[in-house]
Amino acid sequence: MHMADALLAPTVAAAMYVASGTAAGVSVHKLRKDDETQKLPVMAVTAALVFAGQMINYTIPGTGSSGHMCGGMLLTGLLGPQAGFLSMIVILAIQCLFFADGGLLALGANVWNMAFYGCFVGYYLIWRPIMRSNLFAGMGAKAAGRTKIIVASILGCVITLLLGAFSVVLETSLSGITELPFGTFLGVMLPIHLAIGLIEGLITTAVLLFVYESRPELLRDVHPGAEKGKGSLATTIVVLAVAAALVGGGLSLLASSNPDGLEWSLFGNSEAGYSENMGLNEDDFGVQSAAADKAAGIQEKTSFLPDSSFSDSDSAAGPSVSGLVGSAIVAALVLLICFVGGFFRKKNGQKQ
Amino acid sequence: MDKINHALDEFREMDALAAQDSPIHRMHPLVKLLITLAYILCVVSFHKYQLSALAVMVLFPILMFQLSGIPVRTCFYKLRIVLPLVCAVGLLNPFYDRAPLLQLGSITVSGGVVSMITLMLKGVFALMASFLLIAPTPMDSLCAALRKLHVPSLLVTLLLLTYRYVAVMLREVSVMSDAYHLRAPGQKGIHISAWGSFLGQLLLRSMDRAEDLYESMLLRGFRGEFYYAEVPKCTAGAVAFALGCAAFFAAARCWDLPQLLGNLFT
Repeated sequence: MHMADALLAPTVAAAMYVASGTAAGVSVHKLRKDDETQKLPVMAVTAALVFAGQMINYTIPGTGSSGHMCGGMLLTGLLGPQAGFLSMIVILAIQCLFFADGGLLALGANVWNMAFYGCFVGYYLIWRPIMRSNLFAGMGAKAAGRTKIIVASILGCVITLLLGAFSVVLETSLSGITELPFGTFLGVMLPIHLAIGLIEGLITTAVLLFVYESRPELLRDVHPGAEKGKGSLATTIVVLAVAAALVGGGLSLLASSNPDGLEWSLFGNSEAGYSENMGLNEDDFGVQSAAADKAAGIQEKTSFLPDSSFSDSDSAAGPSVSGLVGSAIVAALVLLICFVGGFFRKKNGQKQ
Repeated sequence: MDKINHALDEFREMDALAAQDSPIHRMHPLVKLLITLAYILCVVSFHKYQLSALAVMVLFPILMFQLSGIPVRTCFYKLRIVLPLVCAVGLLNPFYDRAPLLQLGSITVSGGVVSMITLMLKGVFALMASFLLIAPTPMDSLCAALRKLHVPSLLVTLLLLTYRYVAVMLREVSVMSDAYHLRAPGQKGIHISAWGSFLGQLLLRSMDRAEDLYESMLLRGFRGEFYYAEVPKCTAGAVAFALGCAAFFAAARCWDLPQLLGNLFT
């Protein structure tokens, strides 16, 4: 699910950097405030372990294929959402820098799609409510804990992975990269990630259950009495608000080119004479009035993503013959640079 | 396990590349980081049909490869991960966008084909740029640059520590998986009965070790911040190079340079 730089428009990439950066800033602040910086080596070791663990192939019984572990839910279950989120950022940064898995510019989007949902949504909306609930209480304490971990981690992996896949589709579509219609793209991505999520969920469950059996105190919210849920409601509301703002903001960018209700009622519905109905003069406020032109001009200048395309899209020149000739000259220039570089390196080598 | 050993090899290779010496290696890491970001930002902002204008951007990575003496082969080996997704998204463009855009003799090139090639080029260029940032820059220097950009010390220290531990962990997992496969010959992956215990055992041991590690860090005077000693100085030459690059990116973005060059000859 790692996105490459080429799949994102700069505006979308910047927006995702701001979103992920804000979440990272809040996480750093929270860890410092709670004086949990002593967790640093534990975070680093766990992050390194998740990195290495994701390379292990787990055989899926009954099939010839293998699956991998889901890092976000494992880290959030062990370290909590803030420390887990920062650890995931670091894992994604190393994957991006050293393995070219995801782009540098797309890092913000990748952090959001994989770390934010996995850690914050996975913890506040899935892991913690389930682990602190009285579900399965009739089964006895140990069995109830085990069942809750199974339910929380499978549900967490599936939901957070689907949210991530949805975001990938949304970000790519907003960037205007693919000609694939939004619905078709979503239809391809979601079923694949549902299957992956189920398998990843099972593997993550196995690791978390092992920790629960051997050292339950390492897991978050297994003994709810030990941790006070201070500010939990406030944090949940903040997380929900940020997610809602982003999803809402994202969806609004997909807005159709049709005027919205207010525009339509003022300028678009000339036949019905709506402006007149509202007590406005058709000549001054109608669909072809000076006011409508002025409003359109202001909207054009101030719009963030005018009709979800870029301002130079109409003038974008396609390749032409002189373009091809020019490209050939560029290619010759490339060869020249390589030749000169090789010549100087050879010369330096001889000197040494 | 092959994948883990490959990853270890890649880490070693990158460390070896960063330890070489060249004008690019000696450049201040912050300058390199900013140029790279500017380049990627510029590359991805090209319109999907601006193929000829985008082509000129190849000059920057080629120049960097030559100046740093880093082999192009290593970079293209890494493309195997990133290109499939870009191709998967781009390959469908010719089916959806069939409007003819260019006539080359009797061959009509549709908009979809041009946008597909542009997308792939963007992917390759952006990848080359990130590779050319990290290959001649040691991780410590990059972390020092991030601190200069006021990225919180907690995050930067975490990145540095994780980078160090990843190699240790990969080696440990490699030994464990070798041992497992010697006892379970002919088995492709880890059997379901060992799903939890395989990684779980390592996890518990590592988390305990991390506590000891933190104590020893404190005893050696760690107060939440690393100090980066050997960061190259920011020279006037580096700044001039950065400004030159930025001017070139801006010119390439504003004008279709290959087109203008071609106009001179046609």
